[in-house]
Amino acid sequence: MELGPYLILGLLEGLVTAAVLSLMALGLSLVFGVMRVVNVAHGEFFMVGAVLAWWIASLVGGHPALGFLAALIIAPLLTAGLAMLADQLVLKRIGYDPERTIVATIGLLYVIQQITLMTYGPDARPVEAPFNHRLSIPFVEWTEGGFAMYWPWGLGTTSYKLAVIVAAVVLLTAIWLLMTRTRYGLLMRATQLDRETAQAFAIPVGRVYASVFGLGAGLAALGGVLIVPIQQAHYLMGHDPLLLSFIVVIIGGLGSLPGTVVAALLIGISDGMISVFFSPTLAKIIATLAVAFVLVFRPQGLFGKRAL
Amino acid sequence: MKKTIHDTPVENTQTTNKGDDRINASKPSRRKAIKTLAATTALAAAASSMPLFGRYGQVQSSEPIKIGFQVHRTGIGAAYGRWYDRTTKAAVKKINDEGGINGRPVEIVAEDDGTDPKRGAEVVEKMATQHGCDIAFGTLFSHVVIGSAPRAGELKIPYFVVSEGHHVASGMLNRYTLQPGITDVKSQVQAMAPFVNSTLGKKVTMIYPDFAFGHDHRDYFSAAVEAQGGEVVAKIAIPPTESSFTKYFPKIPRNTDVIYHVMVGPAVLTFVKEMGEFFGNSRPEIFGFIDSLEAVDLASPGLEFLEGTYFWEGNPRYAQADQSEYDKAYRAAVGVDANGASLSDSKDVATYAHMFGCWETLHIVKAGMEASGYAGAGDRSKLIEAVESMTSMPHSFANPQGAKEFNGKTHQTFGHQYITRVTNGKLVLAHTTSIEDTYYPDEVDYTKQSF
Repeated sequence: MELGPYLILGLLEGLVTAAVLSLMALGLSLVFGVMRVVNVAHGEFFMVGAVLAWWIASLVGGHPALGFLAALIIAPLLTAGLAMLADQLVLKRIGYDPERTIVATIGLLYVIQQITLMTYGPDARPVEAPFNHRLSIPFVEWTEGGFAMYWPWGLGTTSYKLAVIVAAVVLLTAIWLLMTRTRYGLLMRATQLDRETAQAFAIPVGRVYASVFGLGAGLAALGGVLIVPIQQAHYLMGHDPLLLSFIVVIIGGLGSLPGTVVAALLIGISDGMISVFFSPTLAKIIATLAVAFVLVFRPQGLFGKRAL
Repeated sequence: MKKTIHDTPVENTQTTNKGDDRINASKPSRRKAIKTLAATTALAAAASSMPLFGRYGQVQSSEPIKIGFQVHRTGIGAAYGRWYDRTTKAAVKKINDEGGINGRPVEIVAEDDGTDPKRGAEVVEKMATQHGCDIAFGTLFSHVVIGSAPRAGELKIPYFVVSEGHHVASGMLNRYTLQPGITDVKSQVQAMAPFVNSTLGKKVTMIYPDFAFGHDHRDYFSAAVEAQGGEVVAKIAIPPTESSFTKYFPKIPRNTDVIYHVMVGPAVLTFVKEMGEFFGNSRPEIFGFIDSLEAVDLASPGLEFLEGTYFWEGNPRYAQADQSEYDKAYRAAVGVDANGASLSDSKDVATYAHMFGCWETLHIVKAGMEASGYAGAGDRSKLIEAVESMTSMPHSFANPQGAKEFNGKTHQTFGHQYITRVTNGKLVLAHTTSIEDTYYPDEVDYTKQSF
């Protein structure tokens, strides 16, 4: 494939990865920012979102768009409920102690994964996309008669992949508005800044924690629902996105919304480009290397504030 | 530990010993001495001429033959595991209904290996030492076979694999590992190359999973294509755990005539769908191994572009116009309909091109055990020798996929291969290779290895 079309394809693939990744990493980042805990089970919420999407879509008959739409609303809500339950039953009991939370969420990871395996089974199941048309992208080349348009082989995307990118932009804007323009966002930011003072000002910190944990899981689940018509729901699918989310959050700076989005774009697009030009393994190597460099030279992340 | 396995016919002594231990532990020393004496005398008497001994022998010989079934219940091979399990159960039911093996019923001891080589070796060990299985059987994924076979060799337990990999016939494994029920990749791809070159095109791009099984495809198919005067213009390896594929396709050169694809793992449907989306309306010729769509409904949305493309199938998924009575009976016994899906759920598509291997292997084990007069673990080497001496296996209810020629030296079977074409959304037989098309020179003689 020629260089130009090649670049565009890499960019498009990278944007889809970045879209899903930014939603998921934002959830992880919010949880860390507000609650100061690392949620290792975050990838499983992504998986639960996808699996629930399959379940809901197969319950709702009729046009595939109906089932998908229902899944898009219900699956994240159910996953958020599950996460809030886990928060109340587990995290609250251990007082959100950072080390113990890591161990507890590792346990949660296996519990969720094995329950999915026991109920949903080990198969990968597809969810039909609400719409999916292949869009060929034309390109120009210099010929003897001047510039001419042509349709390179393989240069194309699908309407659904574009919709995923648009949906991610809309959702990220909504989260940003929630954080900056609403009372709930204010409570969250207050809790993030100083837990004790927030409590002294009668902010129900416990409830803020539970809802943030739910929101984080819901965002991961949304990512799962959006990706499931492209990939398929499988009980082990949470693993890779979890690693990438950690990479994104570390590079972007824990708890920083713009940092997370920028890092997701950086990682997603570089993953797409490097995968297309060289190899997907090299893309992972470079991403991990980037984390190492960030940790050495700018431990707070690109957009993070220095810890107090 | 090894010794115990080696002389397991002395099981009766073992049991008695255990009894002694219990007595030893619970009784005071003088009584213990008397009891031990008594027990030893009783044993000696029994061993010489007591009628009790005869009865015990009778009991032992009607004990079930235990077949350890290493099954991919979880992990990336789960879909295969589910159908290998169903096929195995159906074959055992048939064998038991027909009187078992040497008059003894067959019992399956199934254990999940998680499609993981390390776990696979542990499972083989558990079967040999803990469950007391007569043989181990059933593994598909090549990395699990390669991980488990050395352990089977050390424990001296016959290990009948249903894997397709060339690792058995290449000489990489050992005398205890046999593959009599399914053909290997080297013979399959070698038989496919002439068809691909003459019918579809000379310039081939290969897309395959990046592990032993995929490397077999890469090495043997490229060699076979070059022997035919064709050329492999690109080799694209994809990790079997990959979930997104579009990024690999730009590496397909523009001058490609034929795409040769083979993929495994939970994301196979995504792989084929994204290939369709990549090519749009201007696809080259496509030839795939059905592995890329095993257990996947051909009517899944996004697969329409496959119409007119070709597939290798070990055994045709859709009942063909000239379906044999054996295939019909085998399909019914396993519970598969004419479209290759479960009789109880038309969405549950079988791994039909591979799972016949379990059925045929179990029938070969039965034949081997009967020919060698297999009575217990002490006869394991006799069983292997009996299987090694097998040659032609006619098309029958025991071999529903077709006739086979077994090569005792390389422990590998050879058989017909089927090429089907997607026609109106179904796989219709286009070409059947001869068994001779699949032959290659021997690379090992396992019969020269000692037990």
